[in-house]
Amino acid sequence: MSEEKQNESALPGKEKEFDRRAFFVKLGLGSLSIAATGTVVFAYQFLSPNVLYEPSPIINAGKPESYPLDSVTLDVNSAIYLVHANEGFFALSAICTHLGCMTAWKPELGIIACPCHGSKFTREGQKTDGPAPRPLPWLRTWVSDEGDLMVDRSTSIRPMQFVRI
Amino acid sequence: MTKPTNNYFDELRATRVWRSVFRSGTGPSTLHRALAIQQNVFLHLFSTKVRKRMTSFSATWYLGTLTFGTFLILVITGILLMLYYHPSVPQAYADTKDLQFVVSSGLFLRNLHRWSAHAMVFLVFAHMFKVFYRGAYRPPREFNWVVGVILLLVTLLLSYTGYLLPWDQLAFWAITVGSNIASAVPVFGNRVHFLMLGGNQVNANALLRFYVLHCVILPLTAILFIAVHFWRIRKDGGLYAHQSEPKTVAVKAAHVTPEGAQ
Repeated sequence: MSEEKQNESALPGKEKEFDRRAFFVKLGLGSLSIAATGTVVFAYQFLSPNVLYEPSPIINAGKPESYPLDSVTLDVNSAIYLVHANEGFFALSAICTHLGCMTAWKPELGIIACPCHGSKFTREGQKTDGPAPRPLPWLRTWVSDEGDLMVDRSTSIRPMQFVRI
Repeated sequence: MTKPTNNYFDELRATRVWRSVFRSGTGPSTLHRALAIQQNVFLHLFSTKVRKRMTSFSATWYLGTLTFGTFLILVITGILLMLYYHPSVPQAYADTKDLQFVVSSGLFLRNLHRWSAHAMVFLVFAHMFKVFYRGAYRPPREFNWVVGVILLLVTLLLSYTGYLLPWDQLAFWAITVGSNIASAVPVFGNRVHFLMLGGNQVNANALLRFYVLHCVILPLTAILFIAVHFWRIRKDGGLYAHQSEPKTVAVKAAHVTPEGAQ
């Protein structure tokens, strides 16, 4: 190959910058890289499920009357707290903002505590101790036409927005 | 060839069938013994000759061999456990309990798998410490150290993916925590988390993905790199001898250092 190059460069008026071989090398590498990119995109799309059989983010928490005043109720299946405070109702995510463990309400201490790495939160979700980087999010809560408390776990709201009934 | 003695094994090795399988021929000569290693598809990864001193316990503490031994135990017990385990949410935990209390020898096999897994992680670390403090990672063996680090990662991933499969509380929360650590990756964190679990939470998809990783993808990766790891021992000059390393290495190192220092 090097001989070939020398011969060609020796010929006058033939500053070979783009001979047939270089063209096919570029063409081949180009199509290979397009195919490789396509494979990555294909693999990413294949590995991302388009339909998830996960529980709905919207929870029917039942009648407001079932939550006594000044109470914190943890629903372990949906991982939310329903709090009936003096100002009204609100829902709080029970998933610790540190690494996703489910926290627990400690009635004797009046705090929310995570069993995994020791984060502690107030009833309003403010962190008081531990490695959690953010407060527990407040979740959108409303009363349905049937008079049930509804919670959307996928939508967080600014804190201190109570639902009054 | 010399007439076979009354040793039955010698007679067997002289048969036409044996000779059709093992082409190297038999005999006590060094050449025959070297050919027996060199012409075998599995054994040819290794050196045909080893210093006798290197086969003693004190040279390596057999840590690499013991690690490979636990890996073989894990493959065999793992395949047997697969015969009774369904990677599905309603069945996984019940199958684990069945393996413990219903299947004959199931408890033995499951415990063997579990303890071998712990032992393998321990032995991998012990092996690496031994190699590190002996200085056996230095050129010309630096690439084999890198292969070893890849094998360490594969071992840890095998441990991690296997942890979910019993589908008990410990498994569920450990993988919840572990996968949330993955979402701390900058920019792509949430996508990595989503791809890893095949969803937003540890659920049926996550169980199946971890099962496939644990039983197919990671063991095959491990076998591939184990083969390279063993083969590189031979290519890099055999097991590292603490005392009498060939002088060429020392000369090369002395030659390289001043240039690299500039």
